[in-house]
Amino acid sequence: MQDLVKEKPFKPLVVSFCCNWCSYAGADLAGSSRLEYPAEVKIIRIPCSCRVDPLFVLRAFQRGADGVIINGCHPGDCHYSTGNYYTRRRMAMLFSMLDFIGIEKERTRLEWVSAAEGARFASVMNEFVGELREMGENKRLGDIRCKE
Amino acid sequence: MQRIGAFVCWCGSNIAGTVDIDAVTKSAADEPGVVYSAEYQYMCSEGGQLAIRRAVEEHGLTGIAVCACSPRMHETTFRKTAAAAGLNPYMVEIANIREHCSWIHKNRESATEKATILMRAAIAKLNLNKPLFPGESGVVKRALVIGGGIAGIQTALDIADAGYEVDIVEKSPTIGGRMAQLDKTFPTLDCSACILTPKMVDAAQHDNISLYTYSEVDEVSGYVGSFSVKIRQKARSVNRELCNGCGDCITKCPVKKANSEFDEGLSKRSAIYVPFAQAVPNIPVVDRENCTRFKTGKCGLCEKICGTKAIDFEQQDEIIEREYGVIIVATGFKPLSPERYGEYLYGQSPDVLTSLEFERMMNAAGPTGGVLKRLSNNEKPKSIVFIQCVGSRADAKKGKTYCSKICCMYTAKHAMLVKEKYPDIDVHVFYIDVRTPGKNFDEFYRRAAEQYDVNYIKGMVGKLADEDGRLRVIASDLLDGKQITIDADLVVLATAVEASPDVRALGTMLTASMDQNNFFTEAHPKLRPVESPTAGIFLSGVCQGPKDIPETVAQAGAAAVKALGILSKNKLIGNPCIAESNELLCNGCSCCENVCPYGAIEYTEKEINDHGNRNNRRVAQVNEAICQGCGACTVACPSGSMDLKGFTNRQIMAEVDAICRT
Ligand SMILES: Cc1cc2nc3c(=O)[nH]c(=O)nc-3n(C[C@H](O)[C@H](O)[C@H](O)COP(=O)(O)OP(=O)(O)OC[C@H]3O[C@@H](n4cnc5c(N)ncnc54)[C@H](O)[C@@H]3O)c2cc1C
Ligand code: SF4
Ligand code: SF4
Repeated sequence: MQDLVKEKPFKPLVVSFCCNWCSYAGADLAGSSRLEYPAEVKIIRIPCSCRVDPLFVLRAFQRGADGVIINGCHPGDCHYSTGNYYTRRRMAMLFSMLDFIGIEKERTRLEWVSAAEGARFASVMNEFVGELREMGENKRLGDIRCKE
Repeated sequence: MQRIGAFVCWCGSNIAGTVDIDAVTKSAADEPGVVYSAEYQYMCSEGGQLAIRRAVEEHGLTGIAVCACSPRMHETTFRKTAAAAGLNPYMVEIANIREHCSWIHKNRESATEKATILMRAAIAKLNLNKPLFPGESGVVKRALVIGGGIAGIQTALDIADAGYEVDIVEKSPTIGGRMAQLDKTFPTLDCSACILTPKMVDAAQHDNISLYTYSEVDEVSGYVGSFSVKIRQKARSVNRELCNGCGDCITKCPVKKANSEFDEGLSKRSAIYVPFAQAVPNIPVVDRENCTRFKTGKCGLCEKICGTKAIDFEQQDEIIEREYGVIIVATGFKPLSPERYGEYLYGQSPDVLTSLEFERMMNAAGPTGGVLKRLSNNEKPKSIVFIQCVGSRADAKKGKTYCSKICCMYTAKHAMLVKEKYPDIDVHVFYIDVRTPGKNFDEFYRRAAEQYDVNYIKGMVGKLADEDGRLRVIASDLLDGKQITIDADLVVLATAVEASPDVRALGTMLTASMDQNNFFTEAHPKLRPVESPTAGIFLSGVCQGPKDIPETVAQAGAAAVKALGILSKNKLIGNPCIAESNELLCNGCSCCENVCPYGAIEYTEKEINDHGNRNNRRVAQVNEAICQGCGACTVACPSGSMDLKGFTNRQIMAEVDAICRT
């Protein structure tokens, strides 16, 4: 009986951008090391974290994402030398403006994960999804027309 | 409209064990553009690839979506399959449903749901894929080696022997590097000069090798296959063609008080000098800072004595411009200066030496003619203390965090050499750990400790004290925790191997990345140890990290082989996933140029036909051979003109949309 009344647990929708050289490989390592993290995380592969246009992040929120995380190589380790420095500055700008448009900035994250840090990738994802579960659904920008 | 085939891989039970393959395959069929979907046990196998090729033929597919393992694993495989099926290899997208799904999730339902979404994103992207064609560029068949130590010499010889031209740029007046300064070398104790000098001569006499000594790299532009480099050949004040190396000028020069760099300042040299007798080339250099003629305008004795009229005080630095297909960095190291550690009295007591200074002192051609003595009173020492790990394995504030790798071995060598020559001298070595991995290395160290009766003490030296002319070494014994003191006549510090901070400028010029310790970074720590992440730049020797000579030589050969891999090609095939500007949208603002780490963006004044409006505009143009495809410019571009092929704005947005379509 109890099961019927129990609410379905909230499953946040998380878009995770991973650069090809470090964090995507880190995610691969998490995979080959069989380190679990929630299935809510969906990864998009990009050449470098600096390829992430702030518009992609906004688009994800507009389409109903509950969280967006951008992963790059550690500062100084960027495959393209300086790409992640641009990302750091761009995202700092974007994140600081999110509150203004109605999205808690805690729904976004920028993380450095190296190709060797499979465990770190999994723990960052676990932590982020955990926080989003607490925070609940992204209602403000999530365009209701996008939901089927 | 694309005609997409979706192929879902079981990867045996790796994927099929957690993901409902049938469900994914079925829902793939409903995705836009998909005309065919199938599953297979092992997509990457011969049979799987054949199935893809057949499907392309039978269903007239224009694009292939593979739901399988990581694209880092098999993207190339499936691109080749596409090409074999007559498609453009870039009409392939991969959904990573193994590493990013089946391997990390246990719940079949949610794993299947996620796999479906990843498949959907790949298909959404693929719908927007366009055939891409990699650019081609030529290869200049010449290599530049920067640094003429044993690493640079070996790399140059290997490339030259394979039939290609090599230039060595060495900043000091001679090639040879640190190895030329060493007395004997571990683990065989053969004389360093005896094995190095023939190689130096080989390099100088090789038809394919040109030496630019007393020279530095001033400017680098271009890219793999065609680098353009400005070399500054510093003024020697001696005409290289006329000088016959007689050395009369050196004997005549009245200035005798300049510090010899080669002897680490333990001996003096004249103002006009060759660093050491076997220097290559054997052409003197006037050290303008110490030369009387340059200081006061008087003297000029060398000019008068020189029979071939080779002295040229008016000589200027010469800039030489050369083209290269590849560049090999071999800039080596310098030992850390222990002056910053006051507790060791280095610089305060003449009887505290660095290992390199000790190496010079033990050398028959060195400052003391190979006689071991205390520089304070010229007496023979009765007791010597060696201190290992000076500046190595320290915390970042106090020194270098890494192990310098060679000090345990050369200290064992020094201890043995002392005992061999002077069996009556007491030799003590303070170590934290003795690290001797390497062929015949541990045997070597044990010989020092056991047969030569060297007193190895696991201990940390706290400080040295000058006690009536002797050096009291105060240390704590790490094994029993007690304090010990040893009175020594000579103390030798095994200082850390450090990359010279000046090479950072070179790294910037080459856009080759370096670590926090100024060592050059390799493209992959395990699989690509001699390549820099920047295409066409290779690493040889200690510039990449501490190494002994055998390892340096092995790495030097490896770098040569990698470089030859490029030199032997007539053209290079580029990566087609690079930036592209839309001239109609570009407003010539330079935002993209400012962020490009490679300087790949140029501007041209061009007539643009903007919907019938013709006008001349400054527009961005991406140099295909230089662009590495990072995408920094695409985000910086305010007008939406710059886009990245293979990862276009629309493609990434489509992936975002597909993932969020719940
Ligand atoms: C005290 C001591 C004892 C040692 N004993 C042994 C031993 O017994 N056995 C052993 O195997 N190894 C020994 N080694 C290690 C050995 O010296 C090194 O492995 C070897 O010298 C590394 O060669 P390299 O060519 O990489 O660097 P280096 O010898 O440092 O040569 C680098 C060269 O590049 C030049 N250069 C630097 N910057 C530039 C620039 N910007 N432009 C142009 N040129 C530049 C330098 O002038 C130099 O000639 C010892 C080292 C020390 C310090
Ligand atoms: S001119 Fe300079 S180099 Fe020549 S002899 Fe005089 S001091 Fe020496
Ligand atoms: S993609 Fe990167 S490398 Fe290519 S032009 Fe843009 S900023 Fe330069």
